[in-house]
Amino acid sequence: MTLLAVERIKLFSTRSPWWCMLLALGLTVGLTAIIAANWDGSPMPVMGAVFTHTFGLYVIMVMAALAVTTEYRFGTIKSTFQAAPDRTSPMIAKAVVVVLLSALVGLAASFGSWGLSWLLADDTSQLALSSGNDWRHVAGVGLVFGAGALLALGIGALVRQTAGAVSIILVFALVLENVVGLIPNIGDDIQNWMPFLVAQKFILGDPDPSGIPDGAGPPAIGELSPWGSFAYFAGIALAIYIISLVVVKRRDA
Amino acid sequence: MIEATGLTKHYGKTVAVDDLSFSVQPGRVTGFLGPNGAGKSTTMRMILGLDSPTRGKVTVKGRDYRSLHDPLRVVGALLDAKWVHPNRSARAHLQWLAKSNRIPSRRVDEVLDIVGLTQVAKRRAGGFSLGMSQRLGIAGALLGDPEVLMFDEPVNGLDPEGILWIRQFMHRLADEGRTVFVSSHLLSEMAQTAQDLIVIGRGKLISQTSTEQFIKDATEDTVRVRSPQLDRLRELLAGRARIADAAASDGALVVHGVEPSFIGELAAANGITLHELSPQLGSLEEAFMQLTKESVEYHAAD
Ligand SMILES: Nc1ncnc2c1ncn2[C@@H]1O[C@H](COP(=O)(O)OP(=O)(O)OP(=O)(O)O)[C@@H](O)[C@H]1O
Ligand SMILES: [Mg+2]
Repeated sequence: MTLLAVERIKLFSTRSPWWCMLLALGLTVGLTAIIAANWDGSPMPVMGAVFTHTFGLYVIMVMAALAVTTEYRFGTIKSTFQAAPDRTSPMIAKAVVVVLLSALVGLAASFGSWGLSWLLADDTSQLALSSGNDWRHVAGVGLVFGAGALLALGIGALVRQTAGAVSIILVFALVLENVVGLIPNIGDDIQNWMPFLVAQKFILGDPDPSGIPDGAGPPAIGELSPWGSFAYFAGIALAIYIISLVVVKRRDA
Repeated sequence: MIEATGLTKHYGKTVAVDDLSFSVQPGRVTGFLGPNGAGKSTTMRMILGLDSPTRGKVTVKGRDYRSLHDPLRVVGALLDAKWVHPNRSARAHLQWLAKSNRIPSRRVDEVLDIVGLTQVAKRRAGGFSLGMSQRLGIAGALLGDPEVLMFDEPVNGLDPEGILWIRQFMHRLADEGRTVFVSSHLLSEMAQTAQDLIVIGRGKLISQTSTEQFIKDATEDTVRVRSPQLDRLRELLAGRARIADAAASDGALVVHGVEPSFIGELAAANGITLHELSPQLGSLEEAFMQLTKESVEYHAAD
């Protein structure tokens, strides 16, 4: 319990987490506002309010990675391990704090986007959360942000440098996952298993048929069901995080 | 209090610490002396469980650091004053440290007061001068009111006033019965601070003695002798002087405790040819450099 308080003090006594959280929130809600205001001709579906969550996800992952890499950058990780020499307990405490916080930001971003869509969209007849799927589209963003933060913490602890960790996350999510689709023959099959694309299926997959605008294809790819997709993404995040715990424990601080 | 046995650390091919054994006693300031790169910081990191020894072990109060419960209450250390987030205030920095080991937050104000940082407690640590950073680091070390204190080159870059403050401060801590272990690469500094000295060179132990004894040994005049009949000369000198072989390759003797004239006459009387007979008078610092550079020599003399 005390270690949770420690990580909370550490996180909130510097400014960059605040900026990252505001940016994640502002980016997601702001872009949705533009989409909602310009949604003409058909009723805006619930899904339409959360297309932009990926932008917030990348920012929140940067925040999570920074929570570890700045400790290495400024040497405070050594003070941390001096105070808690088993190393695993402070790292877990950090994960609990960062993951919970990220999930909260995710919920704020998705419900904020959804709420704003009510105000800005012309036709809100399809915007009510009337099914389990609708709830998943919106509330699921919290889960994806939490899992993404865990993944970023693991990458940050393994790489130990801000620039390295942030480039790995962004290049993978924004470039690599899209480029693999261009590989002849097997590209599409590989793409179906790329973690960030699979995570999108959890949010956007299997919408209620009435929610899909006429003529639009399925909004997300992947072989798994939406919840299976989340389990896949969260599983990868957990695996990398656990590897980082083992490495951090063994490595010289 | 601090006990190292056969402590060894390799970084790839670099041997940073090599089979080091020593012990540090309570109630005294013990200096940890060695030139740059001798392995002082590495040893201290191993004491704190930050780096794992390749071989050997080191204990604090008989226990592995990593097995200590609330270790900040047992060992306080300042290894690097820069290990602070520059955008965090001095107080916030100490607060999270205190919290982690269940130290009451009133203690944060106490240590801020002890090191004289109360006025600037709310300012971001990144804007601190070197002296203030060093004081903040010391405040962190004192947080848990620990019995064992460790400082790595605490006076580096400080002005004379700051140096004096730290020196007196360490004496006060030792007088209270605590174990104070402080590193430096300057013998002249340690001569005024430490009662005991652990001297290392290239990761190896050179000597562990009282500072007084070390200085006496180090500043003693020596004579360097080279001769084709070195073995014979060695026999003649045996019993009258302490003899050490200088760095193995150049085949000279380093003789302690006799005048050059004595060796010259002894050689002449016995028909020994001398190729070199040079008195070695050094300053304290030069003598120290000599000792740490030619650690082999000193071992043979001991
Ligand atoms: N993390 C590391 N990785 C690789 N080599 C290291 C590491 N830390 C120390 N070394 C090497 O180990 C040796 C001892 O370094 P150390 O910093 O312990 O010496 P020191 O006595 O503290 O020196 P100084 O007086 O300069 O602080 C040096 O050769 C150094 O280059
Ligand atoms: Mg050092």
